[in-house]
Amino acid sequence: MSSTVGAVPPPPAASPPSSAPLHRRRSYRLGRWDLKYSPYLYVAPFFVLFGVFGLFPVLYTVYVSLFDYELLSGTKEFAGLENYRVLMQDAQFWNAAYNTLGIFVLSTVPQLIVALMLANLLNRQMKARTLLRMGVVIPNITSVAAVGIIFALIFADRYGLINWLLGTVGFDPIAWRDNRFASWFAIAFMVDWRWTGYNALIYLGAMQAIPKDLYESASLDGASTWRQFWTITVPLIRPTILFTVIISTIGGFQIFTEPLMYGNGLVRGGVDHQFQTLAMYIYEKTFTGNSEYGYGSAMSWLLFMMIIIFALINFVLVRRSVKGDKK
Amino acid sequence: MTTTQTLPRSVAAPPVPPRRRGRLPGAQLWQASPLTYLALILGGVLSVFPIIWSFIIASRDNSAVYEMPPTPGDQLFTNIDRMLANEDAAFVYGLVNSAVVSTVVTISVIFFSSLAGFAFAKLKFRGSNALLLIIIMTMMVPTQLGVIPLYLMMVELGWTGTLQAVIVPFLVQGFGVFMMRQYAMSAISDELIEAARLDGCSTWRIYWNVVLPALRPAAAVLGLLTFMQTWNEFLWPFIVLTPDTPTVQYSLKILSSGLYQTDYVALFAGTALATLPLLIVFIIFGRQIIGGIMEGAVKS
Repeated sequence: MSSTVGAVPPPPAASPPSSAPLHRRRSYRLGRWDLKYSPYLYVAPFFVLFGVFGLFPVLYTVYVSLFDYELLSGTKEFAGLENYRVLMQDAQFWNAAYNTLGIFVLSTVPQLIVALMLANLLNRQMKARTLLRMGVVIPNITSVAAVGIIFALIFADRYGLINWLLGTVGFDPIAWRDNRFASWFAIAFMVDWRWTGYNALIYLGAMQAIPKDLYESASLDGASTWRQFWTITVPLIRPTILFTVIISTIGGFQIFTEPLMYGNGLVRGGVDHQFQTLAMYIYEKTFTGNSEYGYGSAMSWLLFMMIIIFALINFVLVRRSVKGDKK
Repeated sequence: MTTTQTLPRSVAAPPVPPRRRGRLPGAQLWQASPLTYLALILGGVLSVFPIIWSFIIASRDNSAVYEMPPTPGDQLFTNIDRMLANEDAAFVYGLVNSAVVSTVVTISVIFFSSLAGFAFAKLKFRGSNALLLIIIMTMMVPTQLGVIPLYLMMVELGWTGTLQAVIVPFLVQGFGVFMMRQYAMSAISDELIEAARLDGCSTWRIYWNVVLPALRPAAAVLGLLTFMQTWNEFLWPFIVLTPDTPTVQYSLKILSSGLYQTDYVALFAGTALATLPLLIVFIIFGRQIIGGIMEGAVKS
């Protein structure tokens, strides 16, 4: 190619140097093609693979939900909105929705508040910084299946660690599975254990981007550290808080593995389905028994709608209650 | 199906060097107090205890599962032997399958993410902003809700019960593309790319010889996060695989249904063995993993 440093490739009209003009012109054309089109080639794999295995199935769920489609009986007939009509009167579906919402509230609210406090504690100069950060985030590297098994024993009705602790301080043991609220609490506890430290690190990342002189001038004005936390830290990381709220909503509504393992690997979610979540009920209908793909798809799509609605509600709620950056 | 997701922040630079002690006038405000240490150590103990406790139970005899206080027993290896001998769970096969799946997915995610991230950060092409926006939005799609059509697709392809069913849908990740793009913006100068072009490098050669080596730190973090996430994936393998081709999480599920209330200690030997590989990775690469999370990787 051109030996002059800083020169752009010669335009095709310019008289080419006598040596091998044909080869040069071809490589130039190739270079132009390379510059103009190869970027599309580089980003294409993502769009193709995500489109086929990510987006298409989500959208196709709507189509499947309009069919009376069962594996066992072999039926596959267009049914319009029939699945949705049945769904509205399916008590087990609404029970699962109730459980999912309950577990979601019990897990997400304390989790994000404690994470915020924890991040504030970590946002200091300290010894053994990495070690302490590793300490809070270690639950996140354990698998959900293992966590479910471990906590099922911690919350075991007889001989469980928690009931043993309650016993030593003179309380009656709690029925951690039969009692609906207690089972929600135990499942929410697992979720919190696994995710609080992780969210704390995300908040910490955002907090470290806040310029320190803001705090210095505030403390010169006599603001206490507690006041600084609420008037400087929290408003400035509000976008991050909103982000974690949305992501927790998306993840929390799809909760499946924790309650499954908590119930000894059964999708029924307790004797009376007292902790069966929507994802578990969808699994039960779709991949066990009659394999009702159409009905399962209708439920999936309704869950999708619920996630969008609750993500919006939570977004607005948090945005109202957390005052924004006043700059 | 799940995707890792990201925080749309603009920082993806290498970790910030530690603040110099006492440089700022108000620095004492930022010193951790003994109370801070106490709270954090307490948090750390709460975090670590269930893991240690599960290892302790894995080392005990079945008659001592519920004994307090939690002191380790001497049965760890006989429990592991008995657990591995459980043919239904096919635990060793599960471990091998998980290692294969996680490795292939990790390499693929790093490759496609760095390629696309480079294109978005350093190449000019029409529509690049819109395409990047679409990628960021894909992180918000709860892909798990598409499992039924995805499953039907796998049936159609004849992939149920095979490893490609848990590999192919995970080969790309919006989060990875975004993360690599952020890092490439800050770590690779335009002059470097220009110089390589003047030397006659094609775009591909620039990617391979200049960009990929420069992206190594971010690629390592992305790789660690992807590997851990794939290793721990539960729902999709549970749906599409069969008990004779399990991943390690599926093996755990089989163990837990089979051994619950009969052979606790063997079950806990299973959870210990399934957790151990990631625990080792975490202890070696903790600093990088924490850096990656702080830059904004979010749960699936």
